[in-house]
Amino acid sequence: MGNRTIVPFGPQHPVLPEPIHLDLVLEDEKVIEAIPKIGYIHRGLESLAKKRDFNDYVYVVERTCGICSFMHGMGYVESVERIFDVEIPDRAKYLRTIWAEMSRIHSHLLWLGLLADAFGFEALFYQCWRMREQILDMFEESTGGRVIFSVNKIGGVLKDMPHEMLLKFVNNLNGMEKELRALTDVFLNDYTVQSRLRGVGILTKEQAVTLGAVGPMMRASGIELDTRKLGYAAYGDLSFDIITSKDCDSYARCEVRIGEIFQAFDIIRQAVSKIPEGELITPVKGNPPVGEAFMRVEQPRGEAIYYSRSDGSKFLERMRIRTPTFANLSPLLETLKNAELADVPLLILTIDPCISCTER
Amino acid sequence: MIMKFTKFALKNLFRKPVTRDYPNVKNEFCERTRGSVTINIEDCIYCGSCQRKCPSGAITVDRNARTWTIDRMGCVQCENCINNCPKKCLHMDKHYTTPDFTKTVDTFEGPPAPPKPAMDPEKLAALKAAAAAKKAAAQKEAQKSEE
Repeated sequence: MGNRTIVPFGPQHPVLPEPIHLDLVLEDEKVIEAIPKIGYIHRGLESLAKKRDFNDYVYVVERTCGICSFMHGMGYVESVERIFDVEIPDRAKYLRTIWAEMSRIHSHLLWLGLLADAFGFEALFYQCWRMREQILDMFEESTGGRVIFSVNKIGGVLKDMPHEMLLKFVNNLNGMEKELRALTDVFLNDYTVQSRLRGVGILTKEQAVTLGAVGPMMRASGIELDTRKLGYAAYGDLSFDIITSKDCDSYARCEVRIGEIFQAFDIIRQAVSKIPEGELITPVKGNPPVGEAFMRVEQPRGEAIYYSRSDGSKFLERMRIRTPTFANLSPLLETLKNAELADVPLLILTIDPCISCTER
Repeated sequence: MIMKFTKFALKNLFRKPVTRDYPNVKNEFCERTRGSVTINIEDCIYCGSCQRKCPSGAITVDRNARTWTIDRMGCVQCENCINNCPKKCLHMDKHYTTPDFTKTVDTFEGPPAPPKPAMDPEKLAALKAAAAAKKAAAQKEAQKSEE
């Protein structure tokens, strides 16, 4: 048995987009155990629900995270709408779906870039982020913000996308799709990429179930589960398959996310062709009635859960978010066991960590 | 093909830069861009709705001093104040707040309150008479209850 050493990894580390801390117990270059510590960027956003009007809290909850900001807003708003028992207009549902899918494309492109950066392919990283820039421009044109959109409101959405804008977006996306096919071909078929991803970080189907993996991490282990199939927003009217892979390794996770990007293109095209005309918002008056509601949303990183409880006043009694990264932490620790030290940054990235969400 | 990225690398050598030549070519803002909040102070009624609705507490309204103050670094550009302004005197400027070494606080001072219109002398006399009559009636009532 070699000497055991403990190497602190993070919270500041060149490869990490966000601060997570892991104590790696090493034997030579092999990781025996990883001990996580979270709470480095806790901001107390959940407790702000007791101090901000439930209408204004949308703007706080959006700032939980900069990448899935739209879906955080949507999850919260839909949970409060369930307490009110209000039906939102169909057009608002479709607009939410389009923005949510655009967020998914932007998040997955960001992740692909970070993954390329983690295995040391800088040029590929720049290409991915160049593509992502086009999505951010579309966000700015439709909502006014590039990262934080502030378009959700209880009862509907605040801004409309006119028909010409939607057609222009679909056109842009079609152009992007062609270029993206060539770019993702590098991820899927390039020799250097495969040598870093194939067979690294195996998480079997049984482990994924017992450890409670969510999102692409779980689907890459062959489990067919997607919260969008519950039919929130307009997903019930749109047809799409759940993308899974049976390889269970880092390559499979990359493959699933790439598949989801192209699926998101398809969902947006379907939504644009089906979007009905009509109102944007159902006016909601007064304070929420006494009650509680539960909302599940499929974020780019996996399933997020929003729980709101109201005591009849204008401040919510409790607001809770269960984020996908938190659920994916224990599968991460499993994949880190017996991994090489050089693979640790890559393995952390394959769960697509969002520490700002996790620590709120 | 083993080296899939070669095509991209070669293409990159001969194409125009993706980034903007910034100081020479300025960015064009979109119509909906949320840059910074400005106020048309002449129309403001100092109701304080924006102050109450601000999620980050960046706005202060002083009714007596007739000022509207915004902490530029605290503002998160959510547009909630604009959507809730009863007089629609707030709007979004497309330009972002410029970076600064100190915290920028912008104060807008409104015009002095217009003087209250003088009352018609006849109306004033009638009002005074009514008030006196009411007082006398109350006194009478009080005397009765004492007895």
